Amino acid sequence: MAPPVPNLPKTSSPSQPSGKSEVADLKLQLRQLAGSIAPGSDDSRRELFKKVISFMTVGIDVSAAFSEMVMCSATSDVVLKKMCYLYVCNYARSNPDLALLTINFLQKDCRDDDPMIRGLALRSLCSLRVANLVEYLVSPLTSGLKDSSPYVRMVAAIGVLKLYHISPSTCLDSDFLAMLKALMLNDPDAQVVANCLSSLQEIWSLEAGNLETVSREREALLSKQVVYYLLNRIKEFNEWAQCLILELASKYIPSDSNEIFDIMNLLEDRLQHANSAVVLATIKVFLYLTMSMADVHQQVYERIKAPLLTLVSSGSPEQSYAVLSHLHLLVMRAPILFSSDYKHFYCQYSEPAYVQKLKLEMLTAIANESNTYEIVTELCEYVANVDISISRESIRAVGKIALQQYDVNAIVDRLLQFLEMEKDYVTAETLVLVKDLLRKYPQWSHDCIAVVGNISSKNVQEPKGKAALIWMLGNIPMICVRGLEPYTITLNFIFTNSLVILKVRLHLLTAAMKCFFKRPPEAQKALGVALAAGLADSHQDVHDRALFYYRLLQYDVSVAERVVNPPKQAVSVFTDAQSSEIKDHIFDEFNTLSVLYQKPAYMFTDKEHRGPFEFAEELGSLSLGTGSVENEIPAQSYEASDNDLLLSTSEKEESRGLGNNDSAYSAPGYDTSLISLEDKQVQPESNFLSLAVPTMPSHTSSVFDDLLGLGTPILPPPPTLKLNPKAVLDPSNFQRKWGQLTTSLTEEFSINPQGAVALKVPQALHRHMQGHSIQCIASGGQPPSLKFFFFAQKEGETSPFFLVECLINTSSAKAQINIKAEDPSLSEPFSTMFQSALLALSPS
Amino acid sequence: MISQFFVLSQRGDNIVFRDYRGVVPKGSAEIFFRKVKFWKGDEAEEAPPVFNVDGVNYIHAKVAGLMFVATTRANVSPSLVLELLQRIARVIKDYLGVLNEDSLRKNFVLVYELLDEVIDFGYPQMTSTEVLKSYVFNEPIVVDSSRIPTLGPAAMFMQSTKRMPGTAVTKSVVANEPGARKRDEIFVDIIEKISVTFSSSGYILTSEVDGTIQMKSYLSGNPDIRLALNEDLSIGRNVGNSMYDYRSSAGGGSVILDDCNFHESVHLDNFDLDRTLSLVPPDGEFSVMNYRMTQEFKPPFRINALIEEAGPLKAEVIIKIRADFSSSVTGNTIAVQMPVPKYTTRVSFELESGAIGQATDFKETNKKLEWSLNKIVGGAEHTLRAKLTFSQESHGNLTKEAGPVSMNFTIPMYNASKLQVRYLQIAKKSKTYNPYRWVRYVTQANSYVARL
Repeated sequence: MAPPVPNLPKTSSPSQPSGKSEVADLKLQLRQLAGSIAPGSDDSRRELFKKVISFMTVGIDVSAAFSEMVMCSATSDVVLKKMCYLYVCNYARSNPDLALLTINFLQKDCRDDDPMIRGLALRSLCSLRVANLVEYLVSPLTSGLKDSSPYVRMVAAIGVLKLYHISPSTCLDSDFLAMLKALMLNDPDAQVVANCLSSLQEIWSLEAGNLETVSREREALLSKQVVYYLLNRIKEFNEWAQCLILELASKYIPSDSNEIFDIMNLLEDRLQHANSAVVLATIKVFLYLTMSMADVHQQVYERIKAPLLTLVSSGSPEQSYAVLSHLHLLVMRAPILFSSDYKHFYCQYSEPAYVQKLKLEMLTAIANESNTYEIVTELCEYVANVDISISRESIRAVGKIALQQYDVNAIVDRLLQFLEMEKDYVTAETLVLVKDLLRKYPQWSHDCIAVVGNISSKNVQEPKGKAALIWMLGNIPMICVRGLEPYTITLNFIFTNSLVILKVRLHLLTAAMKCFFKRPPEAQKALGVALAAGLADSHQDVHDRALFYYRLLQYDVSVAERVVNPPKQAVSVFTDAQSSEIKDHIFDEFNTLSVLYQKPAYMFTDKEHRGPFEFAEELGSLSLGTGSVENEIPAQSYEASDNDLLLSTSEKEESRGLGNNDSAYSAPGYDTSLISLEDKQVQPESNFLSLAVPTMPSHTSSVFDDLLGLGTPILPPPPTLKLNPKAVLDPSNFQRKWGQLTTSLTEEFSINPQGAVALKVPQALHRHMQGHSIQCIASGGQPPSLKFFFFAQKEGETSPFFLVECLINTSSAKAQINIKAEDPSLSEPFSTMFQSALLALSPS
Repeated sequence: MISQFFVLSQRGDNIVFRDYRGVVPKGSAEIFFRKVKFWKGDEAEEAPPVFNVDGVNYIHAKVAGLMFVATTRANVSPSLVLELLQRIARVIKDYLGVLNEDSLRKNFVLVYELLDEVIDFGYPQMTSTEVLKSYVFNEPIVVDSSRIPTLGPAAMFMQSTKRMPGTAVTKSVVANEPGARKRDEIFVDIIEKISVTFSSSGYILTSEVDGTIQMKSYLSGNPDIRLALNEDLSIGRNVGNSMYDYRSSAGGGSVILDDCNFHESVHLDNFDLDRTLSLVPPDGEFSVMNYRMTQEFKPPFRINALIEEAGPLKAEVIIKIRADFSSSVTGNTIAVQMPVPKYTTRVSFELESGAIGQATDFKETNKKLEWSLNKIVGGAEHTLRAKLTFSQESHGNLTKEAGPVSMNFTIPMYNASKLQVRYLQIAKKSKTYNPYRWVRYVTQANSYVARL
């Protein structure tokens, strides 16, 4: 007996299926043996069949031998028969004509005396998956369901489901479903019952909505009668079928609490099962049943802890992981109930990274005042872990605990000790965390100063570490100058080196500004270098920001300070990456892949495959239909959780900026990193600016300053043109349009001096212009020089827009407007209208 | 309900491939293999057992250097599929005696036959070796276990299995041994995996025993058996009935398990009374009971390790290991590892004089010291000294740059928990019926770590 594969490699790598000559050879040999009844011919046939199957396994197409295989199939040798069935089922779908050849002998075998042959034949017959052969299925299936052998009935029960998948109408038009129902409730064999249940569940959930009766039938499956019948017999079923029944029971809605306790008592011993699937299915029943009984629900948590922990440590690593993921979900839902079990979540050095990550998250979640010391001590050990990603995660975990706790003193010390390890990635992660800590607890600045100030800049290689360090340099006054010094030396290098990541350069500019405001004499030089380098930067964002700062400073240092360095408020809460709605949704899908992926099913399965098995979803026993949640939004927030636990400042602001530009305008000058984004969108024009840096072309450049959301407002005129009073234009579109259009009209005029007084409150102008159907989208500047951006739309949904830049000098009562219109022919009337509106402004 | 099942070799060849529902594209095995092999590209991170590519969920388990994979588009219970994969592996092993690539390739037709009965249209059917026997007709081709190739560099797929492979029992449950009539015997193995973490001062931070009582029965006629455990065994450490706990722990030497679970064939009618389990063992290998214990126990090995600066660019490491168990017991295949600072360039080792069966190595690529000992007799102590040479000055604390020391070992006929099988009773069919009974103990390290 030659092993089948060793003689294959020459010809049969799966990627290049050749082996044509072998197939031809096999055909020939099969043909020779076909009619042979010589002694030993079955053995030779077995050998040949084996070869065919081994070719099939590695992906060589042996369908050419179909007719020869069928010829050889008339045999009483069961092993041969089985190989032949396997072959036939594999190729029938792609060779429907040839498949017809097999019907005859399969049908004959369905009537064999031996129940096993009947079962085998029926199973294969139903597995051909050829649509035009379904007519041959109905009668063998019908007799199969009535067969005296449980083996055949079991096969037939699944056979009905197979038939349904080939031809739903044939299946539904016959009496099969009624037969399945009857079998499910009466058959003495547990596996037959289980298969009937599987088939019925799948068919009815696929049919949901197609037939009136379906929902009634599905509800009937969940009736007290059926559920109790199955639960009472549960020990007769094998463990897989037990899971099926438990899954069904988890959707059952008991009428009162006695029922709940009865079911739980009945299933109590299932929690001691060695099979993790049975235990998880049981836990699901317990959790769902007790949802409305808070105290019992909590007892369930206590009860299931030990079995879950045992499963985590007893199975294969893969099984452990699946159970641990569920434990993770429960810990995240009720961390407080697990706070004394923290030692179970310590990582072991032999565990794969995906397990350790889950454990780190659990440790982070259950840390409270009583166990924080131990947990943090343990986490600190992991920082020296060989696996860098775990080391990083551990630092983040420590930081996250620090952000949760009131008493962070000790933790801050530990974090600062990490910096002394002088490992690049450790330093980088730690800096990011220290930065986040300082945003929440500015009072720790003093503790951090000494250590952070001592960090040699050359030890900080990772961009996010650099960015965090520079952020601190800019925001902790005491260390700023000394700390920045090394950077000024390398500034030119940093800026010209495209390898230095964008974020670092941007942070550096801002930090230089902030240092300058705090210690002007010492920092002036550094600022000068930084701005010069920034202006020479090849990246548009850096260039624009440098230019912006430069002009800001030129305009008024105190304004610049308010814009760049406003008083900061401590951040009290960092956003949670995943919404509680999503978490609930995952909980509703307990004991499914959703828990492992940490996202609800609708994010990773397509609808048709979700349907069949999310049986009870529409039954209303679970919350949230998938339809109610907008697919995109949760997906995004999930992505976010992949990033750092706490995004670095600019990362976070950037993502916000991308998602929703409105915020840029409501927070003038604060979110400096937003500015860079806006600039990007106005790129065409700012390119032209860069040519003219030193001379400062007066008006175009200030356009940008204001776009960036500096902030205060002005003026008005009345109409001959009808404007849409409810025009809507979001800031990003405004910028896009502003970038695309050229100025169609520029006018200068005087305004009512009294109106100018009113401009002390920019909002006054906003409201005033709104009354004239002209919307203000941004405003900025300091008296006497103010700047506003307005837009308006001609009446009608899709009518052209007008964009206006309006500069007002309140002391000279002069105004200048630059109008960009989508329809330039309307510029004149609009200008008139705008002016009259502005002139009508009076102090109120 | 799974869509496909396949088994891949370490090189990614299909050894068996079965498509049950035809809703996942044919190339799935290749997609899977590429994904597992190049998980996250450069980072040497291992692929999780479950992942999703283009709406297809791939669920896999590594067994004996092979990958058992199921694919599905449905949102199934991952535990169910993983348990099923393990079960399939175990059934195959019951049939073939040995589960490895060679035996699988030689018996692939038998495996197809099994798969046909185990799963129908993606739904698990019968998975007990016992029941399957009457539906499966291929005779296993038994592979000579003495020529099982070592797996060598393919260790990537090997991953330490937590559950110990069924010891030396490599006999097929169904095959008739050539020449001899079938021998009635039963193996009961008490396998314990222990995890201990020592602090730098030698204090035990955490300890846990994860044990399993594994049974493999070759008894004909399925007789009833009774398995008696320690009479003073108590279960549930943190749970109520403190009176009872109190008394038993005061008695000293009693075994207190945190929790345990049982195979479904086990009857617990007398368990509360006299700590006996009764069952009719099905054919094949299975875990009678899994248990977990966090009660303190005496760790079998004490580790003393330190690293010290010894002049500029130099340091010395001393690792001492003492076997804290009776001299009648011998631990074997001991391997000690310790990561050293990244800037270590050279290491010279010094073993104690007259050391036999010991080897040392410095793994340049991952900067680890390795020390292996063929065996350690109870009560013995061994020391390793190593001189490290650095390429740069070490700044600050060396102990943060090196360690922890981890240890692997196997100790036959020893168990940390003191859980005992008091007796194993087999219901007699006749006076002469006296099958062989093997009760064996073995303890292995799961995570045995000493911090510096």
